[in-house]
Amino acid sequence: MSNVNRRVLPGFSLSLGYSVFYLSVLVLLPLAACFFRAGSLSFDEFWNAVWTERARAAYLVTFGSSFIAASINLFLGLLIAWVLVRYEFPGKRVVDSLIDLPLALPTAVGGLVYANLYVPTGWLGQYLVPMGIEAAYSRLAIVLVLTFIGLPFAVRTVQAVLEQVDVEPEEAAASLGATRWQVFRRVILPLLYPALITGFALTFARCLGEYGSVVFVSGNKPFDTEIAPVLIVARLEEFAYGEATAIAVVLLMISFSMLVLINVLERWSSRRAA
Amino acid sequence: MPPEASLKPEASLNQPISALAIRKPRIQQDPAWIRWGLTLIVLVVVGVLIVIPVVHVFSQALAEGVGVYWDNLFNDPDTLHSILLTLTVVPVALVANVLFGVAAAWAIARFSFPGRTLLTTLVDLPFSVSPVVAGLIFVLIFGRQGYFGPFLRSDGYSIMPYLFAFLGVVVLLAMYQLFRPTNPAARRGVWSYPWLVRLAGGAAVFALLVFVQQYFEVWPRNESLRIIFATPGLILATAFVTFPFVARELIPVMEATGADEELAAVSLGANGWKMFWRITVPNIKWGLAYGIILCNARAMGEFGAVYVVSGHIAGQTDTMPLRIEKLFQEYNLPGSFAVASVLTLLALVTLVLKAGLERQGIKKVDETVPAEFAAGERHGH
Repeated sequence: MSNVNRRVLPGFSLSLGYSVFYLSVLVLLPLAACFFRAGSLSFDEFWNAVWTERARAAYLVTFGSSFIAASINLFLGLLIAWVLVRYEFPGKRVVDSLIDLPLALPTAVGGLVYANLYVPTGWLGQYLVPMGIEAAYSRLAIVLVLTFIGLPFAVRTVQAVLEQVDVEPEEAAASLGATRWQVFRRVILPLLYPALITGFALTFARCLGEYGSVVFVSGNKPFDTEIAPVLIVARLEEFAYGEATAIAVVLLMISFSMLVLINVLERWSSRRAA
Repeated sequence: MPPEASLKPEASLNQPISALAIRKPRIQQDPAWIRWGLTLIVLVVVGVLIVIPVVHVFSQALAEGVGVYWDNLFNDPDTLHSILLTLTVVPVALVANVLFGVAAAWAIARFSFPGRTLLTTLVDLPFSVSPVVAGLIFVLIFGRQGYFGPFLRSDGYSIMPYLFAFLGVVVLLAMYQLFRPTNPAARRGVWSYPWLVRLAGGAAVFALLVFVQQYFEVWPRNESLRIIFATPGLILATAFVTFPFVARELIPVMEATGADEELAAVSLGANGWKMFWRITVPNIKWGLAYGIILCNARAMGEFGAVYVVSGHIAGQTDTMPLRIEKLFQEYNLPGSFAVASVLTLLALVTLVLKAGLERQGIKKVDETVPAEFAAGERHGH
């Protein structure tokens, strides 16, 4: 097809040339500059920037909160996708659309409203704080807002696969005497494993880089509720560009490995689905 | 429930056909208490995580009455400026990304070339970069201590004639590409030497444009050009974070449409321009609209990347999300929620448009659903 296309259809060199040019200028060269800048640091300078006690605490909070939020979303994603695909109830379409709200809602708005809901005088905080649940300016607040941010990723990944599941294996299992739980546990769930893992990885990757919402809800206390992107901004505001770049490179390496991992997972799951 | 019940013909004859068509196969039906229990849990989760926050935004914004709300939005000069700034930054970033998206989708979906898979992967790259890092990379290049910092500070505008001349050449080449006759037999005279025309014409136009701008002294000399802590930096950062949206909506749509109609148009003698507007655009318009509304929502709401490049100069470089944060820090919650309510409204409108487009027959090609799943979904139907 493509050989014919290239001889007949116009604009191959123009469109490819322009996309590569725009991609290079806006994305690749700036990213390369970041690595180049980090490369100009000596190893000691780099190490002293990325492995301070404060930085280690920030990584721990970032990874820990993202991991917990992604795990919660793994469960919520399966539950919500199941209900949206398998059941009918009034208002289903509205709920289905609302799942995407965290994608459409600016993260700053999400952060602002979550910070305000769970303070002791807030709508939900007035009931939760007396019970000892402090979901504002704490690590719990970070997990909560990251769960909100990651929800659509988890739901949509599982939903797309669950919609494809055929009825035949379920019928076969049921006619062979399996209970409903056994059918779910032994037939449906294994089909969903790749999607669940991909959804988890996507949510985790999204949460790792999140800044806008966390900065509102966490209180940003070093060693306690400071995440890595906040630490980068703090370094920038001290005009410590080298240190900020070093931490940024660490984050970039992690997100690129997540990207590779997600790509591998997608290949694997599409091969399994085929 | 016995499975053979559904096989009895009279059982199905007694039910209206519509009910039968909608009803899931019996075998997939869970017991009622599980159905209602799980549905209830989902409603509570969605209610707590999504509905209550949305309601909360509007109730806080309007807590002190409509008059105060209006004042917070339109009688605060800094807030007003942030709205205007967002309305300047977003369209520029949007247009740039739409141009890229159409070009990239055309190249990827219509032609095969070495590095095609790599290009497709690289389109998604900005999604995996933390917004703060996205802002930082532009500070490292254009900031005061950045690679171009000293140059931009001493004589930044001297780059402008070349930049605009380059843009002029790109536009000209695009015109040439689109308007030249597609039929080889019609390519006579100038049209028969495409590379000569491109090279000589491009060079001549570049020289002419640079000369004109220098001669008439369009740009100031020896003045510092601000990119970071100014609008150009905000545009760059916004364009970076919203970079993949349009392209990754269009690539699957264009692949699904196939090249047949375009091949037909071209072989019947349409030039590139005509083919693009008569065939390609009508075919991709819903996908394009889908990409644009998602890109727009993200661009309007971008916080982390613009936070780093803006410098937080009230009334100058604060976009709406940055204004929300500043008002929040100043304990001006009603003001903060007033700005937030505008953006929330925008998000709700985005969701409605998105749902409408999905019902138009656009398959859900979410940024959340990996391309492979979406492809499987398409082939599955």
